[in-house]
Amino acid sequence: MKFKARVWKVGDNINTDLILPITAFYLTLEEQISYVFKANRPGWAEQVQKGDILIGGKNFGMGSSRPAARSLKNLGLACVVAPYINGLFFRNAVNFAFPALECPGVDEAFDEGDIAEVDVIAARVRNVTKGTELAAKPLPAPLLAIVNAGGIYPLLEKEGSIAPKVTTAAASR
Amino acid sequence: MGMTIAEKILAAKSGRKAVAPGDVVTVQLDTIILFDNNFMPNNWREIQRVCDPERIVVVFDHRVPAPNQIAAGAHRTGREFVRRFGIKRFHDVGREQGISHQLVADYGYALPGSVLVCSDSHTCSGGVFNCLARGVGGPDIIYSAVKGETWFRCGETIRYELEGALPKAVTAKDAFLQIAGVHGDHATQNVEYGGSGVAGLSINARKTMTTMSAELSAEFATFECDDTLVQWVRSRNPRAFNPVKPDADAKYKAVRKVNLVALEPLVALPDSVVNNSQPVGALKGTRIDQAYIGSCANGTQDDLELAAAVVRGKRVASGVRLIVVPASQTVYRDAMKSGAIATLMEAGATIAPPTCGACGGGHMGVLAAEETCITSSTRNFKGRMGEPSSRVFMASPATVAASAIMGTIADPREFLQ
Ligand code: SF4
Repeated sequence: MKFKARVWKVGDNINTDLILPITAFYLTLEEQISYVFKANRPGWAEQVQKGDILIGGKNFGMGSSRPAARSLKNLGLACVVAPYINGLFFRNAVNFAFPALECPGVDEAFDEGDIAEVDVIAARVRNVTKGTELAAKPLPAPLLAIVNAGGIYPLLEKEGSIAPKVTTAAASR
Repeated sequence: MGMTIAEKILAAKSGRKAVAPGDVVTVQLDTIILFDNNFMPNNWREIQRVCDPERIVVVFDHRVPAPNQIAAGAHRTGREFVRRFGIKRFHDVGREQGISHQLVADYGYALPGSVLVCSDSHTCSGGVFNCLARGVGGPDIIYSAVKGETWFRCGETIRYELEGALPKAVTAKDAFLQIAGVHGDHATQNVEYGGSGVAGLSINARKTMTTMSAELSAEFATFECDDTLVQWVRSRNPRAFNPVKPDADAKYKAVRKVNLVALEPLVALPDSVVNNSQPVGALKGTRIDQAYIGSCANGTQDDLELAAAVVRGKRVASGVRLIVVPASQTVYRDAMKSGAIATLMEAGATIAPPTCGACGGGHMGVLAAEETCITSSTRNFKGRMGEPSSRVFMASPATVAASAIMGTIADPREFLQ
């Protein structure tokens, strides 16, 4: 699991309400993604390219249990790397198979627009533009297994514990 | 080596001798709580089997009574789930309605030494009962309901030694705002509350501190067990339990003293609860449009009684809306019997039915652009209670009530002699 792409940077204490505000709650998943960072960085969601990498600040994803990680994934981001990540956001990142890596110092090692190379398995984060490299905290094996399975839902679906996903437009609302 | 409360419960419930910071463990769950957001079409996946209906609780709290068709549909899905699996502990709209974390207290669902999960971030509230309670994600809760287990990462523990007693008109909310203001976030860490000052705090007051610990981003927040706690739980839940004490040689990342006597009413400025507290005096005179008393942190009977004592015989300032939301029907009934509800209504408060309501920006007091609110609820992120340009100050119910009367942020000590 390796990603190489342009980097977007956000500051410290980015909360789940900024990623998935209450105003987007009743919208479809497709509509929800245009609300990411609408309050703190209007117009940003439209600029994200598929595969881009997000570098967060301290306590990234603080706040509620809402599926904020799912919105970042649906927006097309490959992964998030931050010095340390809120525990509940981290759970949801695992749940929705959105790689979230903790990497002390990563916020200072990158400027927005730099190219990053993130190796999730080896837990290495390289700034290709600046030629520097940092060690991240490895994802514990059982959690990596959930990410590799595509997240919790595919895992439970496969064993028949939950019904397969219904994909009509009405059901996704 | 010795273990903290969180480490001991994690060890006991994962079948290990010891658990230390950095470990990832799979834990048997005693209580699994689903709430209405789980049943929203965007989140719900039809569960085909559950581990044990006796371990599951279902609560409708974020949007009750249903404010729109989508919420109504989620409630219907939830009722079907309850019926299909014969879930007995079900809190629908009606007599046993309430915010899940308040119901945990009202019905003694969080037993000392047990593990409880719910996919709401303030689930750490249940830690007041010497229980390992944690908010998990929506998919986690479905997984938990199916398997009866989940994983936890063990973090380091910070211990707070509470000492002395709170001065008049100063509350556990202020004690919390002091901790959050000075020490900032506790992400990836556990918080453990203890010390000689605990005995003087009611369960409701202690619960404010564990509930608010979600704002510290703590993994788990726990209190030690004492007689007051044992009595509270025994009178509400007949099941047996085993309180857990930290080992004498438990290893903490830090032990910090909090001298309750020295505290004053504090207010958190808009947009963040951590690193953002000011003495009420510094904000005195700030105009408000709305005052909100409620939520899983401060919608208890203690809170309503305190607010009633502040507003007794007075009127809410003109142009200000005072919205009071008892956290559960039990609280509501008790506050009716005591007269607190009547006193609040005489002063001009609007009483909303038990719900999360405007705490989560859902309904019952959502803010318009540029409006200013002072709230006793849990969270004040930008746009939390409505429009992103609205401002949300956070304080104790006493400070909120005093501010409602003045029409500007006010010091409750001037109202409670
Ligand atoms: S009252 Fe507020 S903080 Fe508590 S569960 Fe409801 S929305 Fe969350």
